[in-house]
Amino acid sequence: MSQEKQCQCAEVQEEELYPRLEEVIMEHRGKGQDLIMVLHKAQNLFGYLPKKAQEMVAEGLNVSLNEVYGVITFYNFFSTVPQGRNSVKVCLGTACYVRGSQEVLDKAQKELGIKVGGTTEDRRYSLDVVRCIGACGLAPAMLVNEDVYGRVKSPHLPDILAKYE
Amino acid sequence: MIKATINNVEIEALEGTSILWAAKKAGFTIPTLCNHPDLKPGGQCGICVVEIEGIPGLKRACMTPVGEGFKVKTHTPRIMATRRQLVELILSNHDTDCLTCVKNNNCELQQLASIVGINVHDYSRSGERLPIDRSSVSIVRDPNKCILCGRCIQVCSNVQTVDALAVNHRGFDTVITTAFDAGLGNSVCINCGQCVVHCPVGALYEKSATEEVWEALHDPDKFVVVQEAPAVRVMLGEEFGMPTGSLVSGKMHAALRRLGFDAVLETNFTADLTIMEEGTELIDRLTSGRNLPLITSCSPGWIKFMETYFHDMIPHMSTAKSPQQMFGALAKTYYAEVKGIDPGKIVSVSIMPCTAKKFECQRPEMNASGYRDVDYVLTTREIGRMMREAGLDVKEMPDEPPDDILGDYTGAATIFGATGGVMEAAVRSAYRLVTGKELENVEIKPVRGLQGIKEAEIDIDGTRVKVAVAHSCGQARKLLNKVQDQITKEGKSEYQFIEVMACPGGCVGGGGQSWGSNMAKRARRGESLYEEDRSLPLRRSHENPSVLALYEKFLEKPNSEKAHKLLHTHYYKRSTVDGKIKPAS
Repeated sequence: MSQEKQCQCAEVQEEELYPRLEEVIMEHRGKGQDLIMVLHKAQNLFGYLPKKAQEMVAEGLNVSLNEVYGVITFYNFFSTVPQGRNSVKVCLGTACYVRGSQEVLDKAQKELGIKVGGTTEDRRYSLDVVRCIGACGLAPAMLVNEDVYGRVKSPHLPDILAKYE
Repeated sequence: MIKATINNVEIEALEGTSILWAAKKAGFTIPTLCNHPDLKPGGQCGICVVEIEGIPGLKRACMTPVGEGFKVKTHTPRIMATRRQLVELILSNHDTDCLTCVKNNNCELQQLASIVGINVHDYSRSGERLPIDRSSVSIVRDPNKCILCGRCIQVCSNVQTVDALAVNHRGFDTVITTAFDAGLGNSVCINCGQCVVHCPVGALYEKSATEEVWEALHDPDKFVVVQEAPAVRVMLGEEFGMPTGSLVSGKMHAALRRLGFDAVLETNFTADLTIMEEGTELIDRLTSGRNLPLITSCSPGWIKFMETYFHDMIPHMSTAKSPQQMFGALAKTYYAEVKGIDPGKIVSVSIMPCTAKKFECQRPEMNASGYRDVDYVLTTREIGRMMREAGLDVKEMPDEPPDDILGDYTGAATIFGATGGVMEAAVRSAYRLVTGKELENVEIKPVRGLQGIKEAEIDIDGTRVKVAVAHSCGQARKLLNKVQDQITKEGKSEYQFIEVMACPGGCVGGGGQSWGSNMAKRARRGESLYEEDRSLPLRRSHENPSVLALYEKFLEKPNSEKAHKLLHTHYYKRSTVDGKIKPAS
């Protein structure tokens, strides 16, 4: 029940953001060269780039929808799915990888029921990979929001994740 | 002129000529995968690398212009080893199930592997298999065969300005897809198939209907009729090794009859009929002055393009259906009536140079006969395959005429297959309709040929009619932007009549043509159509005796109520996001 309520709430808020996106687009109307800048602003607004926002940007800047989609899917920074309240990042840098971070990642995907780049339906978690966070001495390492976890073994995961609402 | 040497052969080339073309002229064909004579070089594949003395590294011959004094080598051991490795890497990410591939024996990668001498697989297949996109009714896309050369994107974006395909995602995950990876059937794709004819491998091909047609042909309960588009008669020979543009009208009829069709009829018949309907429409509009210019509606790729990007122009469109759909509506009404056949038992097949015709025949409104007007559309390539399967060789066939009722045609109909042909045919008949006199010289040369947008001014007994012809959607976009601009600023356009064909060259350059085509081949096929026109006793649509009989016995007169019900259609506004029909607002 409570989950359902939250989802609806998020969507209502999203609807209210479109007029603001329209304002941003107005400033760059017809200027295809501003695409990345506008997408940046749009993502700051929504936290991700919903389909409707992509369509509005394409039309407003007079570029094809496919060009917009190509840019979004090329750059890691842009996301086409909403971000969760908690960002889980597993390090796949060389040191972490040789110490078994793939296993941690596999477990995280299984535990959360999502793939890398995805967000759980209740928007509690997003899962991503990073390449080295400078904690090689703690390999394998992972991040949840600002917190670093070192020497993670897959059985530790449920406890770590449970700490974040 | 620039002087250089290629493999020690002295050459002269115009400034700006690429090493690739200069070498070809000197007798050295440098292998390439992404280069296409009709498209700008993009340098994606890197196969065409060469060495230039004094310049470090290897250079791509397609992207590098010949410089003064260049000493170019095209096949040193280093170059050959590089090419071999590049091809091996491409093969490591390519489904090499060649025997079951639609492109077997026509694949540029297959040929290249043989040319550079790949005889072992050093790399195992990498990456996961991706789902095949079957969402479109016209075109199938298999990303497991795609080599990311980008020819399809170039033709879709630059030539057609449709922008259905783009490079999406990154690194190993890079794929050529539609926006939101939604699939061609859920995109702005207009089904023209130019991506298909430019793809060097088997990553893009038509959605085949050969199985369904075989089934109908072997069903004793069905009466299977077939119609063939004008352009098919100058293409089908190529499927059997005949020279490009060989005119095989009679042999085509014979082969279709031997394949088992119950009646071999002609799209050319309804091309003549289209002229009667559209010509009458033109006269009406010229008289009333409303909704000028009139724009032709024979090309289903163009129709979807217009519905998506230029739906403000819908009132300017001719409401006449395309010849394929007019034929479909008549086969299951008039023809069934005359022949005493239950229309429910008629299976209507059309042979087209086109992939968009597959989409057109499935449009929900195309059922004026009370049935699906055209059941199956086969491209020239598909009917070629069926004939080969049945052991028929078009080369060896006798010349046979089409069957009666819907079979007669004039020279005006046959030139529909080349850009400018519909315009020329319409003018031949409009002249008669307006003046009551026959046009003496029926050849209207300014609207022929493959140059860009063509214009002409025609004097119809004192009335000057300005016409324009565009082939390719990119040109159509340019022309219509101009027309819209004129209408906004001056209240009317300088043109009264416009012909648009979605494909470069018209139907002879359609998405259903034989593999390995280019503009030179399209031009050759067009010339053959004009040759057939010259050879025919009747060259004006309104002289077609079977068309006149149809009006006398069935339709009464052009644009009659019955003609409107069966032969005319309407258009929709479509979304620029997914190409779907927008609800009327």
